Amino acid sequence: MSGPIRVAVLDYGAANMVSITKALAAVGADVVVAAEPSEMAGVDAIVVPGVGAAGSAMEHLRERGLLEPLRDWIRAGRPCLGICLGFQILFDSSDEGGGVETLGLLAGRTVALEEAPTLPHIGWNSVEAARPHPLFDGVPAGSYFYFVHSFAPAPADESVVIARTTHGRPFASAVAQGSLFGLQFHPEKSSEAGLRVLSNFVGLVAARRPPGSVAAPAAGEVA
Amino acid sequence: MLARRVIPCLDVDKGRVVKGTKFLNLTDEGDPAELAERYAHEGADEIVFLDITAAHERRGTMLEVVRRTASRAFVPLTVGGGVRSVEEMRDVLRAGADKVSFNTAAVAEPALLTACAKRFGSQAVVCAIDARRLPREDCAQQRWEVVTHGGRRRTDLDAIEWATRAVALGAGELLVTSMDRDGTRSGFDTELLAEIATRVRVPVIASGGAAGPADFVTAVRDGKADAVLAASIFHRRMFSVADVKAAMAAAGLPVRRIEEQTA
Repeated sequence: MSGPIRVAVLDYGAANMVSITKALAAVGADVVVAAEPSEMAGVDAIVVPGVGAAGSAMEHLRERGLLEPLRDWIRAGRPCLGICLGFQILFDSSDEGGGVETLGLLAGRTVALEEAPTLPHIGWNSVEAARPHPLFDGVPAGSYFYFVHSFAPAPADESVVIARTTHGRPFASAVAQGSLFGLQFHPEKSSEAGLRVLSNFVGLVAARRPPGSVAAPAAGEVA
Repeated sequence: MLARRVIPCLDVDKGRVVKGTKFLNLTDEGDPAELAERYAHEGADEIVFLDITAAHERRGTMLEVVRRTASRAFVPLTVGGGVRSVEEMRDVLRAGADKVSFNTAAVAEPALLTACAKRFGSQAVVCAIDARRLPREDCAQQRWEVVTHGGRRRTDLDAIEWATRAVALGAGELLVTSMDRDGTRSGFDTELLAEIATRVRVPVIASGGAAGPADFVTAVRDGKADAVLAASIFHRRMFSVADVKAAMAAAGLPVRRIEEQTA
């Protein structure tokens, strides 16, 4: 028996922390909002949310001392989920704002969705599986998820892509590499389908939790 | 394929949902968070809260409404009305909203759109445009004028020009309301919608005049709208979000059907 999965949601100034923390709590996770490295202690997984610009996101992560701990965490193969901008900055670089170097944990570059009929890409779009993956267990094929973005990563290694979405052109809307996951859509804004993906993520973290590692009891930080 | 969105709008006064006729005879219709959750379960693609609380009575009640709603309804949430600065927008977003809609404040201070888009991204900035038809002179093109303060004040701004300018200034979405049709249940002003939608690349939300599901279809097909907003037909339970989506799907429009989601 081990306790509930503890998830740290990185607070680096990204606007909406309420929806992601409440959605993770709704699928049974113990949620900690981490605005500094010490608040990541004892968690099982990290979620990198995000809306905004890549450049300022990197700046804020650096300012708060979260950048290197996050990189070390992912390099150590520990579970992490990046959402939207938090997904894009996992890659090497982004073209946004004239070009910015990002975390470099996934190979590839984030590029503008230039061919799109409308930009930003705002709204519910269908997500098609590129290959079966437990992150989408129980999610009907072609389900709709909520997107809000103008850029999308182009993974250098196509084998990490687990789902694609088309807006003007197809782009990677979900990737998985070991215990590192990334979603271009917002599961916390995607109603039942989104909650299902978050629930699957928490389930994957639980399945991969090293035996005997029981998370420290939550200490008043639960959102 | 990107689905066409159906968006119920809730008028909120001092933290309660109200309905009335032209801001008069307001009656209490319940808790915004509860109603928003119900709409989300029925398949609403997004919820819009329009804060109609008088400025001097505002004391963070809307922030509390947003916080409670975002904690239980996991769909996008837009707040319009009463936000006049970058700081106020930040508070609304931190409470759990995804977008803020600017109407009178943007007309009074267009630079506000730019400042907010720079800070939060254009995807979070909606420019709401209330437009009224101008008398059409012979052979002249139909024109629309922007009105503010809930339609009570004229501006001399051409609605089509203001729409393209708002996008250039940083708006990531336009919420276009026909003041001629608003509350009349005579259908959307598809001519106005199409004039704007064919000139901008950002999504256009149609508003004002919905009488039934067929109007949602024409707003998208003829008005080229990406999303359709309505208030009274949903509040009064004349039609559900599912009814509207069934009609849109039958017309061949891509919509997110809730029964496909919860198989």
